[in-house]
Amino acid sequence: MRLLQRIHFLSQPEKLKPVREAVRVMAREQGCTEENLDCMVMAINEACMNVMQHAYHEINDGEIVLEFWQESDELVIRIYDFAEKVDISTIKSRDLDDVRPGGLGVHLIHKVMDKVEYLDIPEQAGNLLEMRKRIGDIKQCKIKCEVDQ
Amino acid sequence: MKYPVTEHGRFSVIALSGEIDLNVSPKAREQILKQLKQHKHLLVDLSAVDYIDSSGVASLVEGFQLARAQKQDFALIGVSKAAMQVLQLARLDKVFKIYNSLDECE
Repeated sequence: MRLLQRIHFLSQPEKLKPVREAVRVMAREQGCTEENLDCMVMAINEACMNVMQHAYHEINDGEIVLEFWQESDELVIRIYDFAEKVDISTIKSRDLDDVRPGGLGVHLIHKVMDKVEYLDIPEQAGNLLEMRKRIGDIKQCKIKCEVDQ
Repeated sequence: MKYPVTEHGRFSVIALSGEIDLNVSPKAREQILKQLKQHKHLLVDLSAVDYIDSSGVASLVEGFQLARAQKQDFALIGVSKAAMQVLQLARLDKVFKIYNSLDECE
């Protein structure tokens, strides 16, 4: 894998907008279609938001590291936090028929990315989420992003 | 951030704009709920929304639920492409009343 970019930021909601802008610039440079780009921006924003809310419990000085890697035709996004280990079994989307505020972020991430998994890292090292997306695959992204079956 | 509120017949219309993310969605939520607590029927104009994340969507869902509990009308108008994409992914395009424009809301 080839490291494309690494971004460090604190768990502050006002950091999300510049992070989204940085993701757009980086992804365009890698030849992502606008459709793929929207998917990745959405997924990364939701994942970072989850870290702020559920790993750091809204404290604003938690460190988040966002890495972009390229592996063959996939863009690999890794999000590190240094909070207490999250129980992965508790991270799930709510039933969409149960209309209530919250619980949508995980659903959105899985809808728009090709692969999403928490990687196993040492107990004291926080959490590491890895998401993968094939780049340049317009048709696939349109199906995933715009058509809800 | 204070979003403009106008009156249109029996509705109040709150126009959200820009990027509705975790940083600004608490303000959007507060203003949506404030209108509903004043027992107004509410339209949320999303035509100038460039981006909305799940926290912004949660603010809309909370408004929808409060309106339903208080037997008020609640609908979205002029939903931008970016906002519609998220609503569709969350299957909320089938939950909210959605109109293209104010004229359709009479």
